[in-house]
Amino acid sequence: MRKWTRRAFIGTGSLVGGGFVLGVAGLTFAPSRHSVVSAAGAGQLTTWITVTPDDVVTVIVPHCEMGQGTHTALAMMAAEELEADWDRVRVKEAPALDEYANAYMARPMMPSIPASLVRGVDYGTYRVTRLLGFMTTGGSTAVRGTGVYGMRVAGAAAKEMLVAAGAAKFGVAPSECRAQKSRVVHPASGRTATFGELAAAAAGVPVPSSPALKAPDTYTIRRTARQRLDIPPKVDGRAVYGIDFTLPGMLYAAVDIAPVFGGRLRSVDTAPAESMPGVKRVVRLDEAVAVVADTYWHARRGLAALKPDYDDASHGDVSTRSIFAAFETALGAPPAVGGGGARLITADYRVPFLAHATMEPMVCTARVEGDRADVWAGVQDPLNARSIAAKALGFDVEHVHLTNFLLGGGFGRRLPYTFDYVDLGVRIAKTMSPTPVKLVWSRENDIQHDYYRPAAMTRCAGALDANGALLAVHSTYAGGGDGESTNLPYAIADKKATARDAKHPIRTGAWRSVLNSQHGFFKESFVDELAHAAGKDPYRFRADLLGAQPRHRAVLERVASMAAWGSPLPANEGRGIALVESFGTIVAQVAHVAVAADGQVRVKHVWAAVDCGDVVNTDSAAAQVEGGVIFGLSAALLGEITIEGGRVVERNFKDYQMIRIADAPRIESAFVRSDAPIGGLGEPCVPPIAPAVANAIFAATGTRIRELPISKATASLRRG
Amino acid sequence: MAITLHVNGTARTIDVEPDTPLLWVIRDTLGLTGTKFGCGIGECGACTVLADGKAVRSCMTPMIAVEGSAVTTIEGLGRPGELHPVQQAWIDHQVPQCGYCQSGMIMAVATLVSDHPSPSDDQIDAAITNICRCGTFARVRRAIHAIGRTE
Repeated sequence: MRKWTRRAFIGTGSLVGGGFVLGVAGLTFAPSRHSVVSAAGAGQLTTWITVTPDDVVTVIVPHCEMGQGTHTALAMMAAEELEADWDRVRVKEAPALDEYANAYMARPMMPSIPASLVRGVDYGTYRVTRLLGFMTTGGSTAVRGTGVYGMRVAGAAAKEMLVAAGAAKFGVAPSECRAQKSRVVHPASGRTATFGELAAAAAGVPVPSSPALKAPDTYTIRRTARQRLDIPPKVDGRAVYGIDFTLPGMLYAAVDIAPVFGGRLRSVDTAPAESMPGVKRVVRLDEAVAVVADTYWHARRGLAALKPDYDDASHGDVSTRSIFAAFETALGAPPAVGGGGARLITADYRVPFLAHATMEPMVCTARVEGDRADVWAGVQDPLNARSIAAKALGFDVEHVHLTNFLLGGGFGRRLPYTFDYVDLGVRIAKTMSPTPVKLVWSRENDIQHDYYRPAAMTRCAGALDANGALLAVHSTYAGGGDGESTNLPYAIADKKATARDAKHPIRTGAWRSVLNSQHGFFKESFVDELAHAAGKDPYRFRADLLGAQPRHRAVLERVASMAAWGSPLPANEGRGIALVESFGTIVAQVAHVAVAADGQVRVKHVWAAVDCGDVVNTDSAAAQVEGGVIFGLSAALLGEITIEGGRVVERNFKDYQMIRIADAPRIESAFVRSDAPIGGLGEPCVPPIAPAVANAIFAATGTRIRELPISKATASLRRG
Repeated sequence: MAITLHVNGTARTIDVEPDTPLLWVIRDTLGLTGTKFGCGIGECGACTVLADGKAVRSCMTPMIAVEGSAVTTIEGLGRPGELHPVQQAWIDHQVPQCGYCQSGMIMAVATLVSDHPSPSDDQIDAAITNICRCGTFARVRRAIHAIGRTE
C-alpha cells in the first residue's frame, strides 16, 4: 500500500467567472502534523474543493467509486468542515494526468476552470501522485486517509477563507461571522452572503496556516444517513463503466489466454477465424491469441473457431492437491506448546484459492497512435494502470493518457500490478493502430486468469490448564500471513504464529480483506475449539480474555446482546460468534444457522457490531457491513478455485458459485463509537463471517468445520 | 438477415446473424449500455431485459427469438422525467453499491412486481436469481416489499 508523506500543503487559485479552487496535498496519517502550509505556485493538489458563482461546491476526490460509497463519504467530510449546504455539493473523481500532453482531460471534469489554470492544476496532480507513486483505492484507506487528513483540512481552510471574504464585504471582523449552509452570516447585523457570491474574493484571502476543525458533537452532515450521489445514474442506465465506453469506428477484441500460468502460445491456425463474419484480424501474442472484429459477438465467434496450442511452462503437474501437500510438508509437526500437566489441543485448517469475480469483467479500450496512447479502463489505481500500459507499449509514461470509470466491482482485482487486462488491451490495440480497440474479457477469462486470494493452511496448537485457563496458542501457517492478520487480541501469556514457505506458481493478489480472510477463519475457529475444550461458553471464554481490550470487549458484548446469545434454539440450529480486527476496525459477528437433514447449511440471521471509531455516512456504512457479510458468506459456503494440471478448473458462475437472494440472511448491524482513529469499512466485515458460521455449525451439530468452503462438508453434516 | 423489433417503443431493424444474442445488439449496435454483460451463459442476470413484458436474459436470447417483440431495457423502463416504481424504490432504499448488476436486477423485479404486486419472500426467492457480488440482497428484498406496500 502507498506511503503517505508527512505534511499537508494547501494551494489555491482563482477561476474565471469568480470561483475559487482549493487543494490539499501530501496527506498524512499523523493528525498532529496536518499543519497547513501555503504553497502559492506549487500547486501540488490531490484533494480539491471548488466553489463557483452558481453556489455549487464541487469536491474532487482521488479515489475510484466501486460501490463502497467513498465519493459521497469524502464529500460529506469536506462539506461538514466547509459548512456547505449538502444539497449544493457535487463530487467528481480526479483524473489521472501528466503535465504535458493531456491537460485537456481536466476540462470535462472541471468545466469552470480556465485553460490557463488547468495546466497548473494538472501539473500539481501529476507531481503529487508521482511522488506518492500510486493513486490507489484499496486497503480501506480512503476515508481514514484522504478523508481525515485531506478532506477535513481542505473544507476547514476553504470555510475560513470564505468567512474572511464575507467579513471584509460586511466591514466587520471575521470573528463576528460564521458559515452555515453555504452562506457566510454576520449575526449582529443579519447580513449574509452566499459562498458563490464570495468565491472570487475568497480566492485572494491568504491561506490559513492551521484551520480549526469542528468538534464532532457539532457535526450536522457526518454521522447522518445521506443518499449516495452515485446512485441515481445506477438505476436508469446512465452510469458509465469501463465496458460502456465507446469510440466511433472502434473495433472489439476477444482473447484466449494460456490456461496454465506462465504458459506461452506455441501455435494457432488463424484461418478458421479469418473467414468468419466481421473478423478483422487474429492477433498472436506471447501468452494469448486475440480476435479483433467489428462487433464483440463476431470477435467471440471468431475466437471460438480457433484451437490454440500452448505450452504448460513446466507447471502441468501443479494441482490443488500438490499445493496443499507442499503446505503440509512445510508446516511440519504441530507446534510444541505448554508444559507438564497442560492439555494440548491441535487442529489444522485449510482455505482454498478464490476469484474476485467482479460483476463487470475486465475491459480495456485503447487507441495507439505513433508513440502515444489513450487508455480507458476501470481500475483501482489509474496511475499504476497507466504505467503498466506505457511499459507494455514501450512508451514514455507521459505519452499515455488513462481515463478511469465507475467500477463494476473491485474487491482488489483492479489494484496495482494486476492490470494484465490493460497490458493485453494496449498490445492488441497497437496491432490495429490507429483504430481504437475495446478488449472485453469473457467470464471464463476472468475466472481462469485472476490474481487469486491465496490458498492457505495453518496448524494450531493450544494448551489449557486443569481449570480450562488458556496458557498458550502457537501456530505455523503457509500461504501467506502477517502481523495484523495473525494477531490474537486475547490475553494469552504465550502466543506465536510462524510463517512457513511453500511456493507455487499460481498468481495471487489482494482479495477483499486480504490476509484477514484466511486468518480470521483460522484464529476464530481455533479459539472456538479451545473454548469448547475448556468447557466454556465461546462468548464468555472470549470476553474473559479481553479484559485489557475494552474496544474488542465492547463490540463482542454488543453483538452477543443483539443476537440474544444463549437463548434457546430449536434442534439442529446454532449460533456462532467471531471477532476480527482489520484495517483499524474491530468487528464482532454472530451467525445463526440451521442445518437440514440433508446436510445443507442455511444461514438465517447475522448480527454485526462494528467499532470503526466514527461513522461518516451511517447508511452507506451499514451497506458495507451487509456487503462484507454476503461477500464473505459466498466464500465461506461455496467459493473454491481448484487447480488441476496447472490450470483453473472452474470457468463461469455455473461452477464458481455464489449465494443469491434466497440464501442471503437477515443482517443487522450496530456501530459502537469510540475515540479510536477512524477505521476502514470496505473490508473489515468480511473476515468474521466464515468462522462465525463454522462455529454456529459446531453449536448446531457438534461437527467442526476445518476446511472451506463449507459445501464440502455437506455429506458429513447429513443426518440419518 | 434483417430483423425488426421494438426497443423502448421505437421500431428498429437490425441486419444481423439470427443467432446473435440480443445483448450485443442492444449494447453494441443500439448503444444502450445500461444492459450489462456478466457471464454470457444466462447465470447471473446482469443482462436481463423485458421481452413483451417478461424478464429474459438477453445474453442467451437469439435475435431471431425476439423478432417482432417489444423489448424494454433499463433506459426505457420509466417514462421521461418519471422513474418506474422499482427504480424509485432503489433510490429510496439505497440499493446499488457498484451498481453493475442492478439494471438486470431492476428489470427482473419489474417483472416480479408486475406479476405479484406484493410478493412474498418465497416468491422473491424463486423469481430473483440474479447475482450481486456487492451483496445488496437485504436491500433488494426491503425495496421490493416497500413497493408492495405503496401500491
